[in-house]
Amino acid sequence: MRRFALRFLRSPEGMVGLVLLACLVAMALLAPFVFPRDPLSIVGRPLIAPFTDASLPLGTDRLGRDVLAGLMHGARASLLVGVFAALVAVAVGTVVGTVAGFAGGLIDEALMRVVDAFQVVPAFLLALAFVSVTGPSLPVIVFAVALGAWTGPARLARAEVLSIRERDYVAAARAIGMHPAEIAFKEVLPNALPPVLALVSVIVASAVLIEAALSFLNLGDPNIVTWGSMIAEGRNVLRTAPFLSIVPGFGLVLTVLGVYLFGEGLVEAMAHRRGRQ
Amino acid sequence: MNRAWLLARRRILSSIPVLLIVVIGTFFLLEMASGDAVDAYLVTLGGDAGLAQSLRERYGLDQSALARLWLYAGSLARLDLGFSVAFNRPILDLILERLPNTLWLMGSAIAMAFTFGTLFGIVAGARPGSAADRALSIGSLALYAVPSFWLGLVLSLVFAVQLRWFPTAGIETIASGKTGFARALDIARHLVLPVSALGFIYLALFLRMMRAGMAEVWRQDFVLAARAKGLARRRIVLRHVARNALLPLVTMLGLQAATMLGGSVVIESVFAIPGFGRLAHEAVAARDAPLLMGIIVVSAVLVIVVNLLVDLAYAWLDPRVGSGEASS
Repeated sequence: MRRFALRFLRSPEGMVGLVLLACLVAMALLAPFVFPRDPLSIVGRPLIAPFTDASLPLGTDRLGRDVLAGLMHGARASLLVGVFAALVAVAVGTVVGTVAGFAGGLIDEALMRVVDAFQVVPAFLLALAFVSVTGPSLPVIVFAVALGAWTGPARLARAEVLSIRERDYVAAARAIGMHPAEIAFKEVLPNALPPVLALVSVIVASAVLIEAALSFLNLGDPNIVTWGSMIAEGRNVLRTAPFLSIVPGFGLVLTVLGVYLFGEGLVEAMAHRRGRQ
Repeated sequence: MNRAWLLARRRILSSIPVLLIVVIGTFFLLEMASGDAVDAYLVTLGGDAGLAQSLRERYGLDQSALARLWLYAGSLARLDLGFSVAFNRPILDLILERLPNTLWLMGSAIAMAFTFGTLFGIVAGARPGSAADRALSIGSLALYAVPSFWLGLVLSLVFAVQLRWFPTAGIETIASGKTGFARALDIARHLVLPVSALGFIYLALFLRMMRAGMAEVWRQDFVLAARAKGLARRRIVLRHVARNALLPLVTMLGLQAATMLGGSVVIESVFAIPGFGRLAHEAVAARDAPLLMGIIVVSAVLVIVVNLLVDLAYAWLDPRVGSGEASS
């Protein structure tokens, strides 16, 4: 484990990703302490230009809200949705994939057709429909994003399980009379998990982007500030104050970049470890 | 040809249950919504309880969910997607009217991304580890992380608002009276920015895949053999390495069809293009569930068709595919 961490830190991708993500997490965690007021509250004159007022370093938006406070609080929504959507997607996907691969036959066939059905509907359209039906709030958005992301883990877990279930230790578990469900979830699933975890960074990144796109279309949680909603809000004054739309976008770019690089570093470190075994 | 036909038939047959699941799933998802199209209609245009009652009877909204699902599936089989209350038009007409704009947008974005992605990918993969490779790899990674709608805003700010090279919005100049070639040119000018905003992320993806694929092929024995034969490096890169790395990109083309269709929803909203994706946003805004339902079903059909075409192209490019499965 220590050697794994060292190898991860030595890869340039992993290191840059770690630094970027650490900055974002720090922003998200510190936001309520540095800016205890609601970031949606009005603090000054509207459209103060950035770097002109020492108390409002990044200026204010069209309604006189602090841009820096919004930026820091916005990191919270992006990270929360990214992490929780990936957790739900991986959990659901792995369970479905394990059941399909382990049960085989008709159950496998039926479950995989459901996976196919989720894959032919664009994930963003699905999220759009789900949010429009249930109303925009953070948990709904997490679920809406996960709805389009669980199929990847499900396919991968199934493929892993298909190869694992033929191994000797599974036969041994059968021989000592373990219940099939117990074998599937206690013996097979934990061993099918590592390749699925390599997908996590891609899922987190796309979850962050889908959440941003939803709030850009005014379908995000209206009670919290998100980078997507800040971009949409700034769009109204794009010609006169382009800064307002451009800055939160950089937040998104750095988040997604950090997640990708972090994931790539992990995969690389894991590949090394596997190569050694 | 026979092989392609068998492959197509098998894929079409297996997509029928998938489509059925999409229809049933979407139906029950939209069933969860509070309020129906008649409520939305009354909110905007007004009316009393009697009108609501008669409207519900007219559109069959007073029946049970299962009965309506059965009715819907029946009319779907006759290619009838129902009637949009918000637009006061048949849904199929509405979708067919909007679809060409989106297909142009997506088709151009895919063509652009595929061409430049493979081209730059070959440049990067020709000499793994070179300065050009490093620059392209870092650039593509950065591009890969950019949200398309934000890229669209930045592009329109720079190239439409500041430089005035391209128009900011729409698919063509309204009431310009242009026809033929002049009109095509006008549409092309309108499409440059949205196509870039939608396609750049895929350009980065294809570049990265091409580069990674080529790095893999370089390590194989037949490349060593080609080198030992004394073939020119240029020939090895193009005929041996790049050619073999190209095939996985074709598969990726099909896999990305669904995501790209989703991306067009936002891009069409940014650039005010009256397309299929924007229609989805309008359906949500107008709480028009039948319209949203129709859009999801049509997009599923679209993705299935694109994947079928990609599979056929793949079978044509790689003769090994499908030949052994003719009996199954």
